[in-house]
Amino acid sequence: MRINISRKTIRDPFVQKVEELSGQNLLACYQCGKCSAGCPAVDDMDILPNQIIRYAQLGLKDELLESRAIWVCASCMTCNVRCPKGINIAEVIEALRQLLLRKRKDHVEIKELTTAEKEDVPPIALISCFRKFTS
Amino acid sequence: MKLSYFPGCTLKNHAKNFEDSALCSLAKLGVEVEELHRWNCCGTVFSLATDDLIHHLAPIRNLIRAKELNSDILMVLCAMCYNTLKRSNERMKNDQESLDIVNDLMYKEEVKYQGDVKILHMLEILRDELKFENIAQNVTKALKDLKVANYYGCYLIRPQEIGFDDPENPTIMEDLTSVLGATPVDFPYKTECCGAYLTVKKPDTVVERTHQILSSAQSMGADVVAVSCPLCAFNLDQRQKATVTKYPEFKHIPILYFTQLLAIALGCPEDSLRFDLHYIDPKPILKEKDLI
Repeated sequence: MRINISRKTIRDPFVQKVEELSGQNLLACYQCGKCSAGCPAVDDMDILPNQIIRYAQLGLKDELLESRAIWVCASCMTCNVRCPKGINIAEVIEALRQLLLRKRKDHVEIKELTTAEKEDVPPIALISCFRKFTS
Repeated sequence: MKLSYFPGCTLKNHAKNFEDSALCSLAKLGVEVEELHRWNCCGTVFSLATDDLIHHLAPIRNLIRAKELNSDILMVLCAMCYNTLKRSNERMKNDQESLDIVNDLMYKEEVKYQGDVKILHMLEILRDELKFENIAQNVTKALKDLKVANYYGCYLIRPQEIGFDDPENPTIMEDLTSVLGATPVDFPYKTECCGAYLTVKKPDTVVERTHQILSSAQSMGADVVAVSCPLCAFNLDQRQKATVTKYPEFKHIPILYFTQLLAIALGCPEDSLRFDLHYIDPKPILKEKDLI
């Protein structure tokens, strides 16, 4: 995949917004890859957790907001407890989801859930799903 | 000993087996439990976005309910509720500005929250307050010959600041299992995420994880898997239906709450175990081991 890096994207307010919402210093990451090595969801991800941080440093907004990876992360916090630089990667991914959800771009349409999807599923699953995937 | 208790939504329906077995066990151990009056949903997940204060209202409101009972300790069973309540509480304790805003938003509450309720998971109470060695003395039916793989999932142990055991290699459930006379079985997937709420829209992901986690436990010789989270319990138990469809060689394994094992060991009646709520029936293996 070809990626264009420019001063413009790096200085995009998007980078600052992600840092603000997540409370994390993106530039602390030195790309050791430990987050991706331990992530149970990488099989389903198009961009790996360490790449998410790199993309965010570089302001690659569209690549991040259109990625599948941010919706596959279930905030299990394995990356957070393992990061040698103390970066909370799960919070960065949450910030990216929030940027979309706050524009009413819900990932799950409650009305469109089928009976099969709702059947027998406990409230804890439905509520956490709605909390994470709807605005 | 008397404790205030927050059940959370799922313990009143799908995970009634968790609640009933826990309450029976605590009664056997001489603990008086008082459920919070007018408790509400904890929010299920902690708000990770720094500015998302509105979602701290639900957990903190429950802590106000605890204060209304003059209680400084709140016991929680569900791992997700525990995580959400405790993390929200930590944030309020360490961030006066957020606490003031949250209190302002709940201006109709008579009690202003000060960050002073301590949230304890039942496992912590068993280990630190009641002490495992005292529990051992109350065991009337040792879980002899039962091999238990203890599955922690995520929210009991991560992040490190709120967990009460090592996030990479927790042993509190194994220690309890041993006290009850069972044989704990170690397995490498005990802290791997089960997929949590992805079970609603991506059940296939959960099937993969269930297959991986349970096959690993079985390969180490486990008879049952013990859990402490109703969402893990649902994923590992109910999703075995779809797991067998995808992996026909997969063999079912019963999923039990740690409190059900405790209740059996302490001699609680079978109606407190609510085996009717399980997809994979734990009765055959428990009968085989002469435990019920």
